[in-house]
Amino acid sequence: MKACGKVFKYGDNVDTDVIIPARYLNSSDPAELATHCMEDIDKEFINKVNKGDIIVANKNFGCGSSREHAPIAIKAAGVSCVIAETFARIFYRNSINIGLPIIECPEAAKGIDAGDEVEVDFDSGIITNKTKGTSFQGQAFPEFMQKIISAEGLVNYINENN
Amino acid sequence: MGMTMTQKILAAHAGLDKVEAGQLIEAELDLVLGNDITSPVAIHEMDKMSKKDVFSKDKIALVMDHFIPNKDIKSAEHCKCVREFACKHDITNYFDVGQMGIEHALLPEKGLTVAGDVIIGADSHTCTYGALGAFSTGVGSTDMAAGMVTGKAWFKVPSAIKFNLIGKPSKWVSGKDVILHIIGMIGVDGALYRSMEFVGEGVGNLSMDDRFTIANMAIEAGGKNGIFPVDDKAIAYMEEHSKRPYKVYEADEDAVYDEEYTIDLSKLEPTIAFPHLPENTKTISEITEDVVVDQSVIGSCTNGRIDDLRCAAEILKDRKVAKGVRCIVIPATQAIYLQAMEEGLLKIFIEAGAVVSTPTCGPCLGGYMGILAEGERCISTTNRNFVGRMGHVKSEVYLASPAIAAASAITGKISAPSELGL
Repeated sequence: MKACGKVFKYGDNVDTDVIIPARYLNSSDPAELATHCMEDIDKEFINKVNKGDIIVANKNFGCGSSREHAPIAIKAAGVSCVIAETFARIFYRNSINIGLPIIECPEAAKGIDAGDEVEVDFDSGIITNKTKGTSFQGQAFPEFMQKIISAEGLVNYINENN
Repeated sequence: MGMTMTQKILAAHAGLDKVEAGQLIEAELDLVLGNDITSPVAIHEMDKMSKKDVFSKDKIALVMDHFIPNKDIKSAEHCKCVREFACKHDITNYFDVGQMGIEHALLPEKGLTVAGDVIIGADSHTCTYGALGAFSTGVGSTDMAAGMVTGKAWFKVPSAIKFNLIGKPSKWVSGKDVILHIIGMIGVDGALYRSMEFVGEGVGNLSMDDRFTIANMAIEAGGKNGIFPVDDKAIAYMEEHSKRPYKVYEADEDAVYDEEYTIDLSKLEPTIAFPHLPENTKTISEITEDVVVDQSVIGSCTNGRIDDLRCAAEILKDRKVAKGVRCIVIPATQAIYLQAMEEGLLKIFIEAGAVVSTPTCGPCLGGYMGILAEGERCISTTNRNFVGRMGHVKSEVYLASPAIAAASAITGKISAPSELGL
């Protein structure tokens, strides 16, 4: 499985309040949440993002509130993968659980700029910056997490294993 | 190599004699928590599961606290969804208007969380119950759904940072100052994926409400959980509030910690986190310019307990909230509200010109009941000061203790009680 797209780049400590502000949490509809994704940090994101695009950020992406609405909004906006130096732990779990692939790779976070064309191979963990002609080895998922992702989320995984 | 307190609790719940940091385990859950924001998403996920029944109607807590009494039609629909689910599954611990409180103040008060438990909650501040010596951690809605069905959750066993607390805090220094000091020291990802274990003789000088505040904000340092040893104060609290048996776990003497810090509580000063991260801390004496405020919020799962209200009332008594400042006091539960009324605290707040709200998370997350306009500034006893957290993206939140929030409400700028001669 591969993801390929144009990069939106953000800094440290992107919190779930800016990914999806709480004023929109009176909805749990993915399509509606997506229309407000990243609104408080990047108003243009939702107008510019195309299906398959990739978010790259520095450390502690997704910190703060446990709202699963944050990875849901990112996924529903069409983003195929999030790469960061590190992720906040609840965001990490939530992303895997809803089937949004995310990869920790400090080198890639440093070596990729906004607008770069990037390809991610989830089987090998290799991240290729096609614009700059560089590649990085991202953290591979442990086996049971690969199973959750290939089942497209924890719910399907549980259904398949019960 | 010995185990930390957290590791021992996780091992026992995974049916293992021993676990080590990094190990993936599946643990039995004592309680699964959700609120009116996260539960509807979990219920929707549960609908997709082939197994539709809950693992235990007694070990699930559903607390309507974020946007209730309902702030709008969509919030009402969310609560209706959870209410119907609770009714259908005969959930014992469903708390709606009239019985509810802010979840992390309510559950310990109702005796639903005790030492030795493993608890997950679809709310990041679920780490609060570590104050009682439980392992508790925040998860998302899908984990909550899986937990409600299976009674289990997977965890990566965390390593730990040890915080050795010594000394006694001075009069206007509270648990909030301790945790803001720590977050300022290690940063908002300083404890990422790890446990924060608080130990030392200084723990005995902290009230249970102080400990709830400290454990509550472990997540603001990225921590998986915060946890305290179970001492006489914790046992007295549990015996007063709970009928459930508790189990005391202690870290092994040869437990390994990634890092160790010693914090002398007697040397701490009131500490304030400036926008827009909880790690941007300054002590009150480091603030050299006037920071004028438009609003003061005293409440939340971090600081809406009775000790917090007593402290604020001590400062607001026979004084007036400054002209141009809105002071909003939010007792965290119905029982705290009632106690504050019986102790005369509500009268003090109202006479000072503050308003008192029904329990709600409301303003903390920019929901309602105190939203900020562009350019406005709030001193708040809540837990996050991210961009737009309490309203407009160009508003500002300064995090502080109830003492600082109350004193600042009176002077109209960030102030210590000492400025009022206290």
